[in-house]
Amino acid sequence: MSSFVRFEDVALSYRNDGEFAIEDVTLSIAPNEFVAVVGPSGCGKSTMMRLCSGLRRPTRGKVEVAGGTVAGPLKIVGMAFQNPTLLPWRTTLDNVLLPLEVVEPYRRQFAAKRRAFAERAMALLGTVGLAEHADKFPWQLSGGMQQRASICRALIHEPQLLMLDEPFAALDAFTREELWCVLRDLWAAKPFTVILVTHDLREAVFLADTVFVMSPRPGRILMRKTIDLARPRDLEITYTDGFIRLVHELRERIGSARQAAEPHRQAAGR
Amino acid sequence: MSWLTSTRTAPWLMTAAIVILWQAICSAFDVSEFIFPSPIQVARALAEYTGPIAEHSAQTLFTTVAGFAIGVVFGLALGVAVGSSPWLYSATYPLLVAFNSIPKVAFVPILIVWFGIGAVPAVLTAFLISFFPIVVNVATGLATLEPELEDVLRALGASRFDILRKVGLPRSMPYFFASLKVSITLAFVGSVISETVASNLGIGYLMMSASSSNRMALVFAGLVVVSVLAMLMYVVFAWLEMRITGWAHRRGQ
Repeated sequence: MSSFVRFEDVALSYRNDGEFAIEDVTLSIAPNEFVAVVGPSGCGKSTMMRLCSGLRRPTRGKVEVAGGTVAGPLKIVGMAFQNPTLLPWRTTLDNVLLPLEVVEPYRRQFAAKRRAFAERAMALLGTVGLAEHADKFPWQLSGGMQQRASICRALIHEPQLLMLDEPFAALDAFTREELWCVLRDLWAAKPFTVILVTHDLREAVFLADTVFVMSPRPGRILMRKTIDLARPRDLEITYTDGFIRLVHELRERIGSARQAAEPHRQAAGR
Repeated sequence: MSWLTSTRTAPWLMTAAIVILWQAICSAFDVSEFIFPSPIQVARALAEYTGPIAEHSAQTLFTTVAGFAIGVVFGLALGVAVGSSPWLYSATYPLLVAFNSIPKVAFVPILIVWFGIGAVPAVLTAFLISFFPIVVNVATGLATLEPELEDVLRALGASRFDILRKVGLPRSMPYFFASLKVSITLAFVGSVISETVASNLGIGYLMMSASSSNRMALVFAGLVVVSVLAMLMYVVFAWLEMRITGWAHRRGQ
């Protein structure tokens, strides 16, 4: 199987003091695979995102994306975070267009093709149900709508790799499940590789092909779990035995990792 | 009687109340005009010296706005530089604070030696006193950029200049306009201080010469004119702020 993202014995220390945020991470993600990374807080999930996007270079090891070693910002990635970080002085539409004003080759064409780009953004907003709200400002949208717009912004330049850092964590349960389906449909319509960092095990199992479980700091990959639930998946699936068993299995693995880390932490505290 | 409790009429009512109280005290204790003129005497002085007052206030307005304009350009440039470079921020911040705590009137004698008596020291004093809030606010606006937002753009290959242009500057505009309102009123303080010491023109000079010839009502008229001018300029910048960065103020609506 060819891989789109490959980590080889990757370790990263932010301050070069020998304390690692992640350590010995080796993994491989296939093109157009939907991957979820779960683990206790502070396990270096966000660090993995920064490594993939080229915002950080590993202290040790090698990160390859799309066949090349990552040595700087990659323009083929889109990112969205828990905080929608929309620009309050731009309308929803203009917020979605922002990456096209920055990334080549769109940047050069932006003035000339503005209308075509705006149509493309409108189509994308339409698929997430925001077409009517394109001219509104972010502060006029609900949290869920802001997060939809944020995902559109991450996808407008048709990235090959979408990275999501707990994008639904701040939303209420119903909105969150609604957005799971939005993301599922976007991905099904036009596949791209996804790395979804989350605390929510149900979210991970519902959306992903593969779930990686990480240990507490320094983060290591504890488990690679293939989610073999048939697609297309419906929200109903979250109530089936197979689904619950998978969530349970992941939960147990994280629980034992937390327990194993606990005496360690107490010793350090003393 | 809802107009009594409305927030729109509140400033007018309060001003009227203070003027009436002032007049009442002056009348009740028969205070001498040479010590503390009453509002009626101040108004009379305003009417009597309209011509000279207009001439001198035009000069003050000119020196203030000139100094303020230099302050805006300089403050904006320095604020952008300081706000986008952590090194420059650490390097210059203590110096800026130290500089700002020097009373600007202390610079006037130096400016007189360098530039002589006249408009130049007034413009420069207005500039020196007005740029600091602009620097601090613009730098703060830039330095408090959300790291996630920076990541989104940097991951797309945006340069530091791109981030500044697309996000940093628009984001710091509300801070910038807030500082303009403070700075324009400070600029009046600077120019009037300088004029009282080192000029033959301007409201500051008018007040100084009126006080030396014991025309206290005219001194007070000068005070009134300065505060009215400063308030008008404040209103202009508050209006500009709402026009340009209204998005930052609409959250509550």
